[in-house]
Amino acid sequence: MFNTSMTGYQEILTDPSYCGQILSMTYPLIGNYGVTDFDNESNTPHIEALLVHEYNNYYSNWRAEASLKQFLTHHHILGVDGIDTRALTRHIRSAGAMMSILSTNTDSLDKLLDKVQRVPKLVGSDLVKDVTCKQVYGYGTSGDHHVVAIDFGIKKSILAMLTAVGCRVTVVPANTKASEIMKLDPDGIFLSNGPGDPGAVPYAVAEVKKLMGRFPMFGICFGHQILGQAFGLKTYKLKFGHRGGNHPVKNIPTDHVEISVQNHGFCVELPSEPISKTNPLLAGLEITHINLNDNTLEGLVHRQQKCFSVQHHPEASPGPHDSRYLFQQFAELMQKNKG
Amino acid sequence: MPKRLDLKKILIIGSGPIIIGQACEFDYSGSQACKTLREEGYQVVLINSNPATIMTDPDMADKTYIEPIETDIIAQIIAKERPDALLPTLGGQTGLNAACALYKQGVLAKYNVELIGASYEAIQKTEDRMLFKEIMECIGVGVLASAHVSSIEAAEEFANKTGFPIIIRPSFTLGGAGGGVAYNLDELREITYNGLIQSPSSQVLIEESVIGWKEYELEVMRDIADNVVIVCSMENVDPMGVHTGDSITVAPIQTLSDLEYQEMRNEALKIIREIGVETGGSNIQFAVNPETGKRVVVEMNPRVSRSSALASKATGFAIAKIAAKLAVGYTLDELPNDITSKTPACFEPAIDYCVTKVPRWDFEKFSDADVRLTTQMKSVGEVMAIGRTFKESLQKALRSLEQGRFGWGADGHDHYCYDQLTQADAADVYKKEITHYLSTYCREDFLYSICAINRHVN
Repeated sequence: MFNTSMTGYQEILTDPSYCGQILSMTYPLIGNYGVTDFDNESNTPHIEALLVHEYNNYYSNWRAEASLKQFLTHHHILGVDGIDTRALTRHIRSAGAMMSILSTNTDSLDKLLDKVQRVPKLVGSDLVKDVTCKQVYGYGTSGDHHVVAIDFGIKKSILAMLTAVGCRVTVVPANTKASEIMKLDPDGIFLSNGPGDPGAVPYAVAEVKKLMGRFPMFGICFGHQILGQAFGLKTYKLKFGHRGGNHPVKNIPTDHVEISVQNHGFCVELPSEPISKTNPLLAGLEITHINLNDNTLEGLVHRQQKCFSVQHHPEASPGPHDSRYLFQQFAELMQKNKG
Repeated sequence: MPKRLDLKKILIIGSGPIIIGQACEFDYSGSQACKTLREEGYQVVLINSNPATIMTDPDMADKTYIEPIETDIIAQIIAKERPDALLPTLGGQTGLNAACALYKQGVLAKYNVELIGASYEAIQKTEDRMLFKEIMECIGVGVLASAHVSSIEAAEEFANKTGFPIIIRPSFTLGGAGGGVAYNLDELREITYNGLIQSPSSQVLIEESVIGWKEYELEVMRDIADNVVIVCSMENVDPMGVHTGDSITVAPIQTLSDLEYQEMRNEALKIIREIGVETGGSNIQFAVNPETGKRVVVEMNPRVSRSSALASKATGFAIAKIAAKLAVGYTLDELPNDITSKTPACFEPAIDYCVTKVPRWDFEKFSDADVRLTTQMKSVGEVMAIGRTFKESLQKALRSLEQGRFGWGADGHDHYCYDQLTQADAADVYKKEITHYLSTYCREDFLYSICAINRHVN
């Protein structure tokens, strides 16, 4: 798949949501500003390989600590330059995101084709189990609100944003039972971003259902898709996904447009009237955000159930910071809930 | 919001003669505005002293006055035409100045003409350097450190805090006599001493210098509903100290990581909101210290500028056209994106190519001119080229200058003026043969020390 961001390659490489994917950058010049530890979104890159048009080994930036090449080599990630990424993007746009394989040996294309066909398809694959934390850990020691974050592949900048609005975070693995989470006595629950098909983790949806209404809850991207499913809405695969830092999203209550950061291949269906009639849970569910490019669902709120979620990435990193107010909104929701 | 129906007739002030520093880009933006407003059903009255422009062609406006752009003449036209509004932001600095003068003289109030696009207050906030600085400090945006001092000791104290170089400007002297740039303590003492003697108020303004810092520009659009987008980001190959109009400029920004770019974007949003440019485009310039990353805002133009013309062509986002529509009440999300026609104009163009602008000088026609490039623009035109790599777009631009050359290192006519090369010495763009010097001499540190053009670190 491709990403249209013109900056932020390092954040994208290390975002666990990109697990299992071969990433092509549409912006042709990559590597210009090197890499720096601070910009990592997790401890290691999660992409399978990086494709760029022109790689620049001579970086120029005062924060840079190493070149992108050194970084990828260190983490044993394949990077290929000299690719006509524009042609590749056009192909993906017309044919859709697809399974792919990279090899230096092109003697037998049939063999490679056979190999890639035997790789499990994205739809139905649970990639969360590869990137979720193995053990519970804490992030931030002080903070007015204790947030339990269910880790489907959480980005560091999300944890940083939560602490910035006064949260102390306990991060738990994706398969943690609702009863275990309740024992942690949280003020709020956070559902993180993550990779792959949200329909492949029914175990998480089931636990979230049990927590809904009991605690203020906030979901981002994959977390939004989990919450949507907990309300009984279906998810579906987009043709080539939304990946970039320039998607206009309308905040319906304020009538204001936010330039949002997107990284998702799946989407939650819009709660239409026929669906709502058969599903009592959907009463009270409001659409808060909508994507202006293709009118897909971007945000939900359910005031009685005390939960809201967005499909885009308010933490940005990389991308515009227009939607960062949502973290404050979560803190306020927890404050209000405490009474 | 739909377009305003209370406006019927709109006055546009053109940019007058084409001069060095203000070229035909304002004819382009003005013509776009005329066309757009007429399409929307408004009557357009145009005044421009320059008949050799596209905007003064028949059919561009409902009424065209080819008259000097002077306040008393515009006042007479206003008295005769009685427009409902004046759109001052599309005729360059000339149009903006004329609109401000009309406002100050009470002409606009007398005939009940509304300034649309940018208010008088917003324009003043950007024109008055001290006021602009104060506002920036209030909203926490970095500006250059500066101080009025009346003794050498105070100047030394200032230097201890900010470091060198420092610019010294005596207060109230004509043409900045007695000022200068100090690179060390001795120079600071000497220049401050001279400045204090020459200044009638025995005071000098000393300011941190950003000569050699990286120079960036953002093109920002805002609508009446407070939606803001960055249309294009640009980085100058030539650092601060060389006028943007004389700089080789690249879009998008090449050497800022996402975090640094987003912080700059956040500041640009804050600035346009605080200054209060209600609708339309603005250009905001930043300087960034290449060693420490310290960032300051240098200036803001609350109007369509030379860079807007470049940004429009570089991204396909028709800034002048959309600015005209925003001025009459549309919002960005109501207007279609010209390229996709399916999605709204409320977005930030993501391009998959690199754009390079190269200025063209004609010093051979001005034999007395000082060929060194400084803070005053000297180029007479520019070319822009698009490429999938920086090298491609730069070489295409150099070829397009029509100086009979085919790009750096590409035609065997490169010449070596190694000894004379300075930051200021770029009368001939081919003297900037940095890559060639690098491969020939590998004296990168030396080159950097004199021109401060970005270098690689590893």
